[in-house]
Amino acid sequence: MMRLLLWLLGGVLLGGIVHLATVLWLPHTATQDAYSRLQQIAPINAVTALPAPAPDKVLLPFMDPAFATAVCRYDLAKGPLQFSLNVSQAYTSVSFYTRFGIAYYAINDRAAGRRVIQLDLMTEKQHSEMPQDEDVTTADRLIVESPTLTGLIVLKALAPEPGLMTMAQEALATARCRQQP
Amino acid sequence: MRLLLGSLFAFAVAALVGLGTTWLTLAGSTAFGAVSIGAWTAWPRTGTTSIDPYARAAIARTGQLPLGLGDGVAFYARGDDNGRLFDGRCDVNLQGITPTARFWTLTLYDLDGRLVANSLNRHSFTSQEIIRNTDGSFEIRIGPRARFGNWLPTGGIDRYILVLRLYDTPVGVATRSGRETPMPSIAAGQCP
Repeated sequence: MMRLLLWLLGGVLLGGIVHLATVLWLPHTATQDAYSRLQQIAPINAVTALPAPAPDKVLLPFMDPAFATAVCRYDLAKGPLQFSLNVSQAYTSVSFYTRFGIAYYAINDRAAGRRVIQLDLMTEKQHSEMPQDEDVTTADRLIVESPTLTGLIVLKALAPEPGLMTMAQEALATARCRQQP
Repeated sequence: MRLLLGSLFAFAVAALVGLGTTWLTLAGSTAFGAVSIGAWTAWPRTGTTSIDPYARAAIARTGQLPLGLGDGVAFYARGDDNGRLFDGRCDVNLQGITPTARFWTLTLYDLDGRLVANSLNRHSFTSQEIIRNTDGSFEIRIGPRARFGNWLPTGGIDRYILVLRLYDTPVGVATRSGRETPMPSIAAGQCP
């Protein structure tokens, strides 16, 4: 009886390890995460407008229907990325996600302080390899470091009323997302 | 022989306990660092790099992109102030004011995060669309049948979730419930 209890205790302890391992490992095996879902419609290093959420078609769950949304699926393997977006009249935001959907940076039009949100996206390694004097000439450019080589930039423009949706979509159409020459 | 049987037993228990608890925690979507105000709960940390492993696993499984904290904060409600889960066949009254934010939106989803079909094609309100009282407070009537004022249709579905998103807001990780964060109250109304 004592022996059985010991085996049971060992099993429960091992179960705890299994639990932790599966929780940590799960994001790497998910086939229906946001990045995988967008892979089919969004080409790499380009801005793609996402269809508005509707009851019968869901690209990503829990999308805000009051926003026009576009996405840039990036890959920094060949070098840093240049990003720019003219802000709309209402509210515009740009959020950065890693390959596994972790939001590591977000900026809105007011934080950007100008009519255009302009920034360079690069990995930590690419940032440290940047020549020092170039820092001076690009001092007014914002540099964002991506923790992963691939990921998502999500652009959102608010349509405060449904009639303003085209205005929001037009604002997002000005977005550029391309490899630095 | 006893060793073999014993270890097999232990492995079976480990698999059952380990995978069972993983499934349970993910199905219940229990993340840490919740900010609860009345019926509303937000997980501001989920929109940062200090997101906990459970929330990471949950977003990978559902495919959603959490709201970045520099963008805004999302508050979720699954039931009224008395803890009763929403029923799409009943009326619900949402009343009050919201914390400081440049814009907010209130959206109704089914439990999987899909919008709910209805004859009006109305799925959400933004802070600019709402009809307010003279003191700035507002009332949103949520129910299956048309109501005067701000009516958010439920389409008569069984269970739903309300999401109140605050954009460009000081509400964040350090927020506690109090006078600075007045969330609208949720009261159950008529039920057929």
